[in-house]
Amino acid sequence: MLKIEELQVFYGGIHALKGVSLEVPKNKIISLIGANGAGKSTTLRAICNQVPAASGKIYFEGEDITGKPTVDIIKKGITLVPEGRRIFANLTVMENLQMGAYARKDKPGIQKDLQKVFELFPRLREREWQVAGTLSGGEQQMLAIGRALMSRPRLIMMDEPSLGLAPLLVKEVFRIIMDIYKDGMTILLIEQNATAALKISDYGYVLETGNITLQGPGKELADNEEVKRAYLGKA
Amino acid sequence: MSPDIFLQNVANSITLGSLYALIAIGYTMVYGIIRLINFAHADLLMVAAYIAFYGMLVFTLPWYISFAIAIVLTTLLGVTIERVAYRPLRSAPRISVLISAIGVSFLLQNLGIVALGARPKPFPRPDDLVWNIQLGNVSFLSLTILIPVVTIILLLMVTFMVKKTKMGIAMRAVSRDFETSSLMAVNVNKVIGATFAVGSALAAIGGIMWSMQYPQVDPLMGLFPGLKCFIAAVMGGIGSIPGAMIGGFILGICEVMLVAFMPELSGYRDAFAFVVLILILLFRPGGILGENVVEKV
Repeated sequence: MLKIEELQVFYGGIHALKGVSLEVPKNKIISLIGANGAGKSTTLRAICNQVPAASGKIYFEGEDITGKPTVDIIKKGITLVPEGRRIFANLTVMENLQMGAYARKDKPGIQKDLQKVFELFPRLREREWQVAGTLSGGEQQMLAIGRALMSRPRLIMMDEPSLGLAPLLVKEVFRIIMDIYKDGMTILLIEQNATAALKISDYGYVLETGNITLQGPGKELADNEEVKRAYLGKA
Repeated sequence: MSPDIFLQNVANSITLGSLYALIAIGYTMVYGIIRLINFAHADLLMVAAYIAFYGMLVFTLPWYISFAIAIVLTTLLGVTIERVAYRPLRSAPRISVLISAIGVSFLLQNLGIVALGARPKPFPRPDDLVWNIQLGNVSFLSLTILIPVVTIILLLMVTFMVKKTKMGIAMRAVSRDFETSSLMAVNVNKVIGATFAVGSALAAIGGIMWSMQYPQVDPLMGLFPGLKCFIAAVMGGIGSIPGAMIGGFILGICEVMLVAFMPELSGYRDAFAFVVLILILLFRPGGILGENVVEKV
């Protein structure tokens, strides 16, 4: 569904990605793990053309989307749940969700998806009219995911969705990712919680200072001695 | 002071306050979305006044057609200024855009002086809009009612637009976060353009009503109203639309009342607004309705 070939990105004078290739097949969860500054977020941002690709190609459903404007890429069915949630704190929960559906014109479809989001996150329905900035961290993360779903994407990319959440909420976030996946979604996931991410992933990539150094089925990677030592905090 | 004169002053102050409020909204909307004090905003009211002036006098068009043309052309000018002078500087430091705005303002003023002459010209008041109303001992112009009514209708429309329409929600989202807005497939430049269009249209209407109320036009006529409306916007809390409305009315009312109650201070009328600005910046830098928050780093 998504294919990246030899992607290179320079970011603020740093050679952030030095030829990254990866593939996200339809209806799979793919995770990207690695230390801080390895280039995980940059990869996702480059896919949306929020940072320009210096070289390499990005294909979505066979179509070359390298260098296309962000707005066009989103309209093709990709969405990004950005790092740090980035909800519109000055808008209400409802308005945030409406923003998610900004490019869509099918009102009945939007209504249907809104109901779906509310089923997935009953808390958001309770807080429909609340200003989003007053939500708790966990609720804001739910809102960020809900907002992304409102564009009815075919590929959803999540940048550290469990970052800064209490352990119970981290579990909740992973449950939700599984729910969305079972609903037929394709997911590209970045997680600092590498064990949990690899456990639910069909396939994983390990990124190290701009290069992919390891890859394999999620469970295999989770058991890999090198990965364990470097990222999973086990000897 | 006799009750009649007091009433007269109340009416005048509300009229002036309305004009301030209308023009202040343009400052606050633009600031809210791209964090820029658009110095050229004030000169748009001069441009609108001149277009209306030439439409009526030189092309002898009916007032409503002249006014409509003035509003449309001024709106286009406002959007063009954003396109040409601000958009290329989108990722530049804020100070560069500010300097660009000052440049545009000087350009418009001096272009006006060169092309139209520096001498003030009397602005024709259309008979359909301006007549005398006699109420007991109080006599006032129809504009005293017309201006606040038009202003309030426009303020309600802007409030509705920003609160309820898709474009309004997008404006608020963009004002918060460009990057995430574009992740929602929002064309950020289009939304900014729309913001300038709304602000410029309001400035145009404000400029036309201004030149009917104080019936003359000159190329620098935007300067002082512009500064005062900017103060009104800061007073209300820059970035806040209801704030700009409140700030505009408060400033207009205080200014007229100051002169009414202390005529010996009438020479300091313009200075008064700046004293207000200094006090606001000292004691409540966020303004009346502004968010008094320290920027997070």
